Amino acid sequence: MKAIVNRIIPFSSVDGPGNRTAVFFQGCNINCKYCHNPETRGLCKECGVCAEHCPAGALSREEGGKICFDPSKCVQCDTCIHICPHDSSPRTQEMTPEEVYQAVKKQIPFIRGISVSGGECMLQPEFLTELFRLVKRDGLTTLIDSNGTISFKDYPELMEVTDGVMLDIKAFDCGEHREVTGASNDIVLANAVYLAETSKLYEVRAVIVPELYDTEQSIRKMGKFLAPYLAVHDFRVKLIAFRPMGVRKEYAHYAVPDQNYLNSLADILKDCGFKNIVII
Amino acid sequence: MREITMERVNQTRENILNIIESPSLTHEQKLTNLACAADSLMEVLKLPEGLDELLNVPIDRQCICDLSEGHAPMRPRYIVPDYAKFMKEGSEFLQLAPPADLYEALNNLLIFYKHVPSVTNYPVYVGQLDELLEPFMDTVDEAQAKKLLKMFMIHIDRTVLDSFSHANIGPKPTKAGRLLLEVETELEHAVPNLTLKYEEGVTDDAFMLKAVDCALHSAKPSFANHAMFRKELTEKYVIASCYNGLPLGGGAYTLCRLILGNIAKRAENIQDFKERELPYVLNIMAEYMDERIRFEVEESGFFENHFLVKEGFVRRERFSGMYGLVGLADCVNILFEKEGLEGRFGHDDRANELGVEIMEIIREFNMKHENRYCEVSGGHFLLHAQVGLAEDQNVTPGTRIPIGEEPEELIDQLMVLNKFHKYFVSGTGDIFPIDLTVHRNPEYVLDIIKGAFRMDLRYLSFYSSDSDVIRVTGYLVKRSEMEKLDKGLAVLQNTTGLGLGASKNGHILERKVR
Repeated sequence: MKAIVNRIIPFSSVDGPGNRTAVFFQGCNINCKYCHNPETRGLCKECGVCAEHCPAGALSREEGGKICFDPSKCVQCDTCIHICPHDSSPRTQEMTPEEVYQAVKKQIPFIRGISVSGGECMLQPEFLTELFRLVKRDGLTTLIDSNGTISFKDYPELMEVTDGVMLDIKAFDCGEHREVTGASNDIVLANAVYLAETSKLYEVRAVIVPELYDTEQSIRKMGKFLAPYLAVHDFRVKLIAFRPMGVRKEYAHYAVPDQNYLNSLADILKDCGFKNIVII
Repeated sequence: MREITMERVNQTRENILNIIESPSLTHEQKLTNLACAADSLMEVLKLPEGLDELLNVPIDRQCICDLSEGHAPMRPRYIVPDYAKFMKEGSEFLQLAPPADLYEALNNLLIFYKHVPSVTNYPVYVGQLDELLEPFMDTVDEAQAKKLLKMFMIHIDRTVLDSFSHANIGPKPTKAGRLLLEVETELEHAVPNLTLKYEEGVTDDAFMLKAVDCALHSAKPSFANHAMFRKELTEKYVIASCYNGLPLGGGAYTLCRLILGNIAKRAENIQDFKERELPYVLNIMAEYMDERIRFEVEESGFFENHFLVKEGFVRRERFSGMYGLVGLADCVNILFEKEGLEGRFGHDDRANELGVEIMEIIREFNMKHENRYCEVSGGHFLLHAQVGLAEDQNVTPGTRIPIGEEPEELIDQLMVLNKFHKYFVSGTGDIFPIDLTVHRNPEYVLDIIKGAFRMDLRYLSFYSSDSDVIRVTGYLVKRSEMEKLDKGLAVLQNTTGLGLGASKNGHILERKVR
């Protein structure tokens, strides 16, 4: 079993509680306009444009047409991912669960767990199940960062080895969700309920882009919808201010919401009964 | 006492006049500098042969440095009084009875501090404050306790004019410790430095998270590996000055340092360095330290006359010498270049391995060298990874990886550091500026500390990349004060000047943010 891994961040302070190794999988099933790492979305089509433009000679084409990446020559200029016509990256690696586990293991005892993200990591549930089984042997905790469009209920074996999910609710209204991502949010909301009821909902996230959808209304409805589940277990809500860094040019023009506005959204959630609200 | 030339006398007089007329020195700074000028005229030590050409040469060739200790040491460099004894018994010389409540406890300590000498003329250790104050915490209500502690810490910051001054707390959580962390989080002061002795299972996570939060506001406390220190120095140890592990009720007679990069320059190749140049310099520095210690113990009169000794707050038998070094990275890189080898310290396994081999030579030398006045450390000196001086150029502190060359990933940096921290019982440490977003995830820092101490790292410091108080090499300064001094204005604390020098020469503002 193999998956394409975009990158592994050994120490991450922003992908769940404490210090965690974050594994980013390649490939996504939706198309969020504000995606800040669009190079994780697509799969490489081996067109070779990146190799032609790499200023450091770190990319070349192998005989079979495959693009070959030499990390020792890479100067991290990111030319390849900016120029890629397929929202992909030549710097990915095909790995087995065992290989990812070995890369995670290097960080023990400095980390308390791993977080898997993407792209959309739930496109490879069997891989995650196997990876989580491996890291659990070392006492690490396991978190999934997901756009919520794939039903968690369908993967009971994965849920058994998953400690929590950080779930995006990119818009509460289905039409707006479609506008933001190109996809419906029926499964997202069903996932939110399922995860909350089974105490696996670690965090709900919303990226705040007032020019893209009615953020205030969305947060209000989401708060009302989720508040009853706080009685099952406490989970936090993270409000993420839109920032243009990394976003594709055609979508980078949205205004960054100011702190006062973000605080007012947090107040709406507080009124619903949420205590654990983080603004970043 | 040996004669000196009139030329040297006149040069010193010139220097004295400059000190007197300086627009940017405070009165206290002038007094300190005048005393140093007077001391520089003394020639009372029997210096080992060969020392002069290793010591009294420009910084790009200097192999041994005595860190401004002067020519006639009249007191030990670092003095670590047993404040608990003082709290229990008071002091006859200072005419103070044991305190009965928090007011008296704090007042007594502030008085005592003004009578603790050191190389800086300020106390390098101000006590294990949580243990000292905890018995008095219930003599006032909590709000008043916090206010008193705040005034106490402000008093120290404005009168102990040098951040080579260190308070300790931990490993057990206490009310006094918690309130001190709250006060320090609010004050964002440079003085005193603060260390939390941390041991997993003894220090609880809630207390640690408070400490991490404090560190991300005020660049302190730093975290000491308590399990490691107590195994080496017993429970009766303290962290003083920058990050120096020293015996309680004693301290360090002297600290000299090897400038390893410059010793490497003298060598033809790695073998020549290991077999000839390094052992030669190791021996001369040890002899020099032996002589400094002999003068302090046998001639200075400190151990016969000072009230700290007479009343038992320090004991001669609890002092040792600190055998310091800087520039292991420079040394390894220079030797690699001489051999035509690729690879740099901190990145290349063979380069790191050479670093370990050099440390083993130094450790073995120290274990063979005996000094009769270092009973507390088995008759040997304590190794120390010195953090550098403001005027150091192209000298990397201790065994650190040079700023600007830190590995991309923190894990890779930590896995190099853990090869070296174990050697330095009397102190070493590494410093990490942390990205602002960690303010919302202090557990991130806690996990790194836990992992690091399990991997035998000794001492870690963190500060937020945007805070005003920052850690220079071991001590703290305020960016805002450095900016004032840079404009030619006088500033209160001596270490601000050192920080300004280090920011220009040592690139301390350019550390890799984690």
